[in-house]
Amino acid sequence: MYKPKNINLIFAFFSGLVLLFILGPLVGMLLDTPVSDIFDAGIDNDVQKSIGLTLGASFFGTLFFSIAAIPFAYLLARKEFKFKRLISGIIDIPVVIPHSAAGIALLGIASRDSLLGKAADAMGFSLVGHPAGIAMAMAFVSLPYLINAARNGFEAVPIRLEKAALNLGASSFKMFFSISLPLAWRSILSGLIMMFARGMSEFGAVIIIAYHPMTTPVMIFERFGAYGLKYAQPIALIFIAISLAVFVFLRWLSGKNAHA
Amino acid sequence: MLELKNINLSFGSFSISDINLKLDKGDYFVLLGPSGAGKSVILELIAGILKIDSGGVFLNKKNITQDKIQDRSIGLVFQDFAIFPHLNVEQNIAYPLKIKRWSKELVRKRVVELAKQMDIFHLLNRRTTSLSGGEKQRVALARTLALTPDILLLDEPLAALDVQLKKELRSQLRKLHKQGQTIIHVTHDFEEALLLADKVAIFNQGNIIQQGYKNDVFAQPRSEFVAHFIGVKNYFEVTKTAQEWIEVGGKLIFTCNRDKVTDNQPIAIMIHSGDIQLSKFEEGKKTEVNTFSGTVLELYSAYRGFELVVDIGLPLVVNISQKQLLELDINEGDKLNCYISTENIQSIFETA
Repeated sequence: MYKPKNINLIFAFFSGLVLLFILGPLVGMLLDTPVSDIFDAGIDNDVQKSIGLTLGASFFGTLFFSIAAIPFAYLLARKEFKFKRLISGIIDIPVVIPHSAAGIALLGIASRDSLLGKAADAMGFSLVGHPAGIAMAMAFVSLPYLINAARNGFEAVPIRLEKAALNLGASSFKMFFSISLPLAWRSILSGLIMMFARGMSEFGAVIIIAYHPMTTPVMIFERFGAYGLKYAQPIALIFIAISLAVFVFLRWLSGKNAHA
Repeated sequence: MLELKNINLSFGSFSISDINLKLDKGDYFVLLGPSGAGKSVILELIAGILKIDSGGVFLNKKNITQDKIQDRSIGLVFQDFAIFPHLNVEQNIAYPLKIKRWSKELVRKRVVELAKQMDIFHLLNRRTTSLSGGEKQRVALARTLALTPDILLLDEPLAALDVQLKKELRSQLRKLHKQGQTIIHVTHDFEEALLLADKVAIFNQGNIIQQGYKNDVFAQPRSEFVAHFIGVKNYFEVTKTAQEWIEVGGKLIFTCNRDKVTDNQPIAIMIHSGDIQLSKFEEGKKTEVNTFSGTVLELYSAYRGFELVVDIGLPLVVNISQKQLLELDINEGDKLNCYISTENIQSIFETA
């Protein structure tokens, strides 16, 4: 006989397993790491610099690329054009390819011989081994999260509201900034948070563009390779804590904005 | 004032063809048609939201076909009101004024004036998500009227409202009309047209079937579709005519008012369901002209009294009061005589 309670129990059991799978290694690492080691890593100048670089590069990468990504998402949400499906597929490429391969591909366009590399050279820096290059690598792999979230947000704005704005005298630009953007803002903010979070945790593409200066994921890898698990764990813990704090703060902020 | 000339437009499987409309300043024009007929498309193309394939839109004799939406001075109130949910009532009404860069003081003055006119002054600081349908409708009207458009377009403005709110909004619309506002109102409800319009156009499947002054169209529906749409239940196409009679549906012969028949060839006749007199059928008894015997196919309660469908060769819809129903003791399957006096047989002509 069918008993809904039984199915709920079974599903709850599986849910517990998944949660345990996520939390187990993190809690295990926390319990395994002496507080003094975490403290020592926290006051380590290199670690602090690395965390600052990681957060900064991801933040500016997200900000810079969002300027083009948000209008792009609007076009995808509102307009019908040739090869739209193909273009939608292209957007998701960074998610599905190995990130080290993405790094290699990026290195091709960021190296000194490339057009972009030459342009950076003219401005007095090289993208390879530079925070700007790191930001670019982070943005490359995380941009789809923003574009897709923003596109969903724009699609959810009733088209009649935009028509009404135009009928009330708004130009297309005014309509976009006064109606479409504010109404899709919650999804866009969510996409920005996802892009930022995904960008700062990027390792594969970043290590190929820049081993130095070291982002925190690269530093964790380097400490693990050179000194072993005990030396990598405290930094990993600090970075996880900061990531979670930033993530929770931004989520709270986006929720607050949505209800404002 | 506004003229649509030979408008054609198609997108996907839907098209509208050869639309011609003419409105004078101060007209209350109702575009009447079933859901999905393309009425809203007409409003959107007048407003400039949709681009037409061919034809022209003229406002005050100026060709505005290629004019931008923002330059047309035509205000559209959408069926679902299209209230901006992230702005409060005041900000919604002020939206078009701020676009036009009115000063803060003037914006506030105009918003207050409109809010008082629409009886929503007490709602100015409210979030729009907490408004009722009727309140949203008033906000949408106030917002659209803020820049005093030459023409106000209303897309099914009463569809989402309950009976009481409909009454209130109708009165508001009449007031606006009396103040000289030219209005085009789209609806599927012929009662709205009856209660509000000066002129009507009947629209179906992308075409205007009939248009003109309300009283003319309602008195002379030139097709069965129009007749049924405006609530006429007995509309029979004429199959033959002679000096003194009209044959309808190839079956029934009505004796008619001779002058009307001979002056102009009728294409149909119309009999109001309340204009038919019923009596008990008595076998062998001689009856007057235009008395037809038939069986009651259906009997059901109606808006006032009862409605019967009597098969007299063609289905005839008859309205009777509860008193008559009890007096005649009518039941489904009974045989009755239906008498229609010649004055109550209205002939419909090809041209007015």
